[in-house]
Amino acid sequence: MTQLSEVRDLEKTANLGTGMLRREDQRLLTGGGQFLDDLPFGDFYEAAILRSNYAHARILSIDTEAAKSLNGVIAVFTASELGPILKDLPPKVTNPKLNYQVRLPIVKEYARYIGEPVAVVVAENRYIAEDALELIEVEYEPLESVGSTAQALKEGAPPVHIGSETNVAVHLIQQAGDPEAALKSSPHVLRETLHVARGGGHSIEARAVAARFDGPTQQLIVWDNTQAPHYVRQMLATIYGVSEDEIRLIAPADIGGGFGPKAQFYGEEVLIPWIAMELNHPVKWIEDRWENFISATMERTQTHHVEVGFDDDGRLLVLKDVFEHDQGAYCVGLKVPTITMSTLPGPYVIPNIHSELISCYTNIVPTSSLRGAGRPQAVVAMERMMDRIAEHLGLEPAEVRRRNLIQPDQFPYAVGLTFRDGSPLTYDSGNYPALLDGVLERIDLAEFRAEQIEARKSGKFLGLGLAMFVEGTGIGPYEGARVRLTNTGRVMVSLAASPQGQGYETVYAQVAADAIGCDIDLVSVRHGDTSFIPYGQGTFASRITSTAGPAVWQASTQVKVDIIDVAASMLKIDSGELVIRGDRVEVGDDPEKGVSLAEIASIANVGRHGMSVARNQPVAIERTSYFKPSQAAYSSGISAIIVSVDVETGKIEILRSILGHDCGTVLNPLLVEGQVLGGHAHGIGNAIYEEAKYSKDGQPLTVSYLDYALPTAMEVPTPELFHVVSPSPLNPLGVKGSGEGGTVPLPASVANAVEDALRPFGARIREIPLTPDRVLAAIYGFQRDET
Amino acid sequence: MSEAVELDPAEAKMWITVTINGSKGTYLVDQRLTLADFIRKQVGLPGTHLGCEHGSCGACTIIMGDKAVRSCLLLAAQADRESIETVESLAEDGVLSPLQEAFHANHALQCGYCTSGFLMSLVARLREGPIESEAQAREALSGNICRCTGYTGMVAALMSLPTPNGQSGGAQ
Ligand code: FES
Ligand code: FES
Repeated sequence: MTQLSEVRDLEKTANLGTGMLRREDQRLLTGGGQFLDDLPFGDFYEAAILRSNYAHARILSIDTEAAKSLNGVIAVFTASELGPILKDLPPKVTNPKLNYQVRLPIVKEYARYIGEPVAVVVAENRYIAEDALELIEVEYEPLESVGSTAQALKEGAPPVHIGSETNVAVHLIQQAGDPEAALKSSPHVLRETLHVARGGGHSIEARAVAARFDGPTQQLIVWDNTQAPHYVRQMLATIYGVSEDEIRLIAPADIGGGFGPKAQFYGEEVLIPWIAMELNHPVKWIEDRWENFISATMERTQTHHVEVGFDDDGRLLVLKDVFEHDQGAYCVGLKVPTITMSTLPGPYVIPNIHSELISCYTNIVPTSSLRGAGRPQAVVAMERMMDRIAEHLGLEPAEVRRRNLIQPDQFPYAVGLTFRDGSPLTYDSGNYPALLDGVLERIDLAEFRAEQIEARKSGKFLGLGLAMFVEGTGIGPYEGARVRLTNTGRVMVSLAASPQGQGYETVYAQVAADAIGCDIDLVSVRHGDTSFIPYGQGTFASRITSTAGPAVWQASTQVKVDIIDVAASMLKIDSGELVIRGDRVEVGDDPEKGVSLAEIASIANVGRHGMSVARNQPVAIERTSYFKPSQAAYSSGISAIIVSVDVETGKIEILRSILGHDCGTVLNPLLVEGQVLGGHAHGIGNAIYEEAKYSKDGQPLTVSYLDYALPTAMEVPTPELFHVVSPSPLNPLGVKGSGEGGTVPLPASVANAVEDALRPFGARIREIPLTPDRVLAAIYGFQRDET
Repeated sequence: MSEAVELDPAEAKMWITVTINGSKGTYLVDQRLTLADFIRKQVGLPGTHLGCEHGSCGACTIIMGDKAVRSCLLLAAQADRESIETVESLAEDGVLSPLQEAFHANHALQCGYCTSGFLMSLVARLREGPIESEAQAREALSGNICRCTGYTGMVAALMSLPTPNGQSGGAQ
């Protein structure tokens, strides 16, 4: 029988490689989505959470009596009623050097950021629960607090964790070559300090958890709009001290965006199911937007002190970057700053590298990954300096990049650092010159420079900015898929990971149908329920296409073999003569002769009670496969931006945005483009508009969309996209991740474009986002009061 | 307003009569119940979503009378004797309207959480006249926020709609 093990040639596949329209759309367009708070739960109590309104305080007492006696209130819980679950929520990625600080689901004594849970009210409905919040009396002893990494790292700064001598959470260094010596001997060295501000995920559906203890089956059922259902189940099982089988975690079929914050694990996820068990009554909690602003994890704040050494031709000799990262009040994980550390070198040959992280605690809601996850900041550090090198030597920025790119024949390319997954930073495949060429085919540099000079005469300031990147995607440990032939002769694919709009129901049907060779209409895909498949990791870090994709492919190919072998035994014919067509298995040269998939299921799966089965006939056609990548697969890309900057108002207008992207084999171009376009919009937000501001002592100053600007259709131009395809050798589909590539280069390319536009002013762009006040300050040299 | 307001806000109720997607009904509602919660929970039409509850994201947009309104900023009480349309009214027996079909064909939605609000804003806008240029399309979309799509698919969807002169929107 034929068993495809790899799919490299999408010309030969029926479904893969085509931009199949999504199966999910019908329900979503008609108001039939299955979002958590849309589910018909019936008689669930509703919870509201009292949150600390001090950035740092000791709680002296909490009086809940008045709240408890309010009509319609069922119960009020504080740390003192929740002893058994006052357990640490451990970081997702850690390091032995971490200055470890315990994070509890609810404040026990010290509140360390505004938004940290202090009490939970359960009531007949949310309105009453919120009334009751106002009746809870908390006596706080305010403590000194810090609202930025600069504050936190100052000599004598107040400690975020009393008893800890330093606010430094972790200090890590990675090196390749001999960076110090190279800096001394480099003919040219440039230095700069670059700052990227905080931003949020802002999925339009905020977080939500509902839970019910099912008495008859003695199982706790939890609905959670998480990106990582099995991870949450595992955390809950550990904290509650039960086996994983006693918890069924369901991420609803529809989740209203993820972008990273929903891949983390929060106190609310521990509190709500536990309270449902305590009350022996179902409970749900729906986060509102204000809570999301102050309690969902954020990202981005980093300050980079970067130095580059290079020769007269602009060839990089050394990169040294020391950066401060804001961990927030607790360490939810070290993934973001460690990704930054290894993303710095990007697509360039750099013989000597020093990458140093100083991560610190602040009295702000913790940080964790957000679409891009530490990469946009690294790309800002590297790509801003590439432009500075060009300026210093009087070269075109594109030319400086070209001279330094890793060449297509250099793969696999070992950078000399370690990636966040613990494996050596070794790029699997890519074609970086093709990305640069793709941009230069679309922008005539000579023509643009002439136009730029001409425009200045009429007071119009145009600028071109480039940014290139390499992005580790598709990380381990593994992802799973279960493929089953059902009694009706259909194929059911169950995924461990839950989607938040990526179209899994469509693309994994394409994968399974092509692997099996059956009609795609026979394939259904479901996901996000731990009862479908025992293990999984979750949707984050652009990893699903290159982990779940191969898992579906492998399980489906095995199912195909089983189907054909059962048919062979039924038809008493050699399996090599059989093919799957539509919903039947047929003899290749005699299509009249065959059996349907339903008949095969009836023989193999239903069987005949108590009767023996022919020796070589498979039974129970159901295969589960876990794909385990040996290391990350490295996507890459380039952004080119042309802006016009209004030097009177500081407004930036994007005239052109070009985005070249390489994520290996493209399984569904429509969906991949969707990911890149969405990421691009997020990148525009980070580059120009979005900023979560805090006062010096940690008061959040942006807690609504009136003061935190998310880009609308007026701000996001349609980019010109192009693809370069360098299949990954690391998985049978040749795929790499595409979820974040649109975001990663934008802050750097926009900043480069703005600085290029403002070159006549000698303006220096050092802070992102490029809000009008920052642009004006850069032009006219105002001092801004940065916290 | 009835004097019950001064008593217990959780107890204050009133009767309202509303026509929702063509069917008229009378409901006893909490006076402080938002229109969004009324539609979603009491009427049982959860397709209208809440993204911010402060009037900024547009996810909760419905049509009341002849206007697109944000149901998170209104009380159910304000809908008394009004006629309301929600996303559930757009398709007929599961057959998508041309606007919905254009969204599908142009990959104008990903998570789909914002989609109901966009559709209802656009239905109201299209009743005022066709969308004939990309600039008009962007303007029409700009009252709502989508975090997933970057709006490109939505712009393309609007541009693909036939206009009265038989052309696709925004004939260059
Ligand atoms: S929920 Fe009404 S505008 Fe956002
Ligand atoms: S499709 Fe997810 S917010 Fe618009």
